[in-house]
Amino acid sequence: MIFMNVKNQYSDNLIRSLENKARKIRFEIVRVASLMGEERRAHPGPALSITDIMVALYYQVMEIDPDNPHWENRDRLILSKGHACLVLYSILSDLNYFDRIHLDSLRHIGSILQGHPDMQKTPGIDMTTGSLGNGLGLALGIALAAKIDSRSYHTYVVIGDGESQEGVIWEAAQTAVKYKLDNLTAFLDINGWQSCSSVSETMPGQRNRERWEAFGWNVIVINGHSMREILSAIEIARNHKHEPTMILANTIKGKGVSYMENDNSWHQKAPTAEQLEIARRELEMI
Amino acid sequence: MIAPILDEMISTRKAFGDALLNLVQEGYDIIGISADTSKSMGMDLLAKEFPERWVDTGVAEQNMLLVAAGLASTGKIVFAASYSVFTSMRALEQLRTFIAYPKLNVKVVAGLGGFSAGIEGVTHVAMEDLGIVRSIPNISLIVPSDAIATQLATRAAAKWNGPVYMRIGRDASPVLFNDKYTFEIGKANILKTDGNDLAILVNGLLLYEAIKAMPLLENEGIEATLIEVHTLKPLDDATILNSAKDCGAIVTVEEHNIIGGLGSAVAEFLGRNYPIPIEMVASPDIFTESDTPENLKLNYGLTTESILQAARRAMRRKKTEK
Repeated sequence: MIFMNVKNQYSDNLIRSLENKARKIRFEIVRVASLMGEERRAHPGPALSITDIMVALYYQVMEIDPDNPHWENRDRLILSKGHACLVLYSILSDLNYFDRIHLDSLRHIGSILQGHPDMQKTPGIDMTTGSLGNGLGLALGIALAAKIDSRSYHTYVVIGDGESQEGVIWEAAQTAVKYKLDNLTAFLDINGWQSCSSVSETMPGQRNRERWEAFGWNVIVINGHSMREILSAIEIARNHKHEPTMILANTIKGKGVSYMENDNSWHQKAPTAEQLEIARRELEMI
Repeated sequence: MIAPILDEMISTRKAFGDALLNLVQEGYDIIGISADTSKSMGMDLLAKEFPERWVDTGVAEQNMLLVAAGLASTGKIVFAASYSVFTSMRALEQLRTFIAYPKLNVKVVAGLGGFSAGIEGVTHVAMEDLGIVRSIPNISLIVPSDAIATQLATRAAAKWNGPVYMRIGRDASPVLFNDKYTFEIGKANILKTDGNDLAILVNGLLLYEAIKAMPLLENEGIEATLIEVHTLKPLDDATILNSAKDCGAIVTVEEHNIIGGLGSAVAEFLGRNYPIPIEMVASPDIFTESDTPENLKLNYGLTTESILQAARRAMRRKKTEK
């Protein structure tokens, strides 16, 4: 198990540009959540807790080609906590997988953007997700295919801490170790909240480090909002052999928007026009 | 197409395993995945010859189907094999949401179908699987009737672009078909045409009982047409409609709860398009007890005699309900 001891190997410029991108994506998340209104309310809180991780992956780490979303050797990202898709949709549109105008149509009939990620309808989505607990097994199948075909792509999966109460997560956890999937890297978004309550109240005694280590994973603990720690952890994961890596990312639900941080009512809710303006100021989008 | 009734018996599980191995030998980009079911589903041949093309998730059926979906998303043809009670129930959501919805190229092979697992009791007997799976969009649902059909169905499933659910049996069952038999997904087989008094629509291992019933019906003066409807989805509407129009009465025969399977599929279709008397030979809507498949079929009315009785009822109704 590794606690991050970050070397200063990433330039200040790189870190700053990723942090700037993360701010822009955060504002896009809040903007689209606001646009959805209460009728179609989306999930801003759980999207904001993983924004830094997702930005690091999509803008720095992953080998992808937005012009060729089905490129066979692309790195894959499976958003197991699919309800956080606001962040994925915001990033994919920013990377020109599809036009930004589609964000307005989210959760409407005829849209390419469904309530939860849909690999058939949305360019850039590597796997349909949204029913919790299933992303790890799906990711492991993709990583296994790379091993079978001797392909070099890497598979990333982002799991929620509440979601880890699903038993099928642990079915997949043991199988990934069996097949020595060192080309599979998981993030556990430990934001401490789930739909109705805190994770510790809902299911006390979450010993994440111990249990993932006990299953045989390479475990790294990071601050999930530190770009340097995220990038370092991914680099360690990619160089680790014979075991899959679990990056335990301590995060804040609603990160970056003061009134959303650690307020679980923002799990699924639409900001008002006024609240959107507050977010705009806080995220320095003026 | 029908072989003379001999005493040759082959397990459909073995037929599946042989066909799977042949397909891989021919170069199909297939991965077989099991959930501690490699031997019990005939996948041990593949595991032995091509260990790099075999995956086993241990006793974890939900994960088996997720891994299958992940593999299929990269372009593989994936055959995932376990028992029908688990593939249709324990792992139902994975089948629906992560295989059927994204139309991934996964072939779920559901063994121990119908009463073939009867000795194990209700925990291992899925009399509901076809009804459950039939209500899910995007899946082709096939029920081969013997080892020959299973081999051809496995091959057809490999070539079919999209999700397939294939229900097979367990122990050796009679070989019903000869080498003239053909299997095309979505195309019913007209096996025997004695006449147009009645159409008998059947799938799965009970075809054996229906074949035995044909000469007995003829002795009673009922000249029937025997049709194997091995594909429940997409249903061969044209063949079923033609048989309804030609015969005016139908008996369906299946190893399934009377709710949801072949009888339901035929009744739903003809009720909307060409209502005629339909009698159903199927299991009653109850949980059955443990015993051999033969004894269970006797006990719950899935026999040659049940088919004769259903045929008589259908003929009476055809006369009186005009």
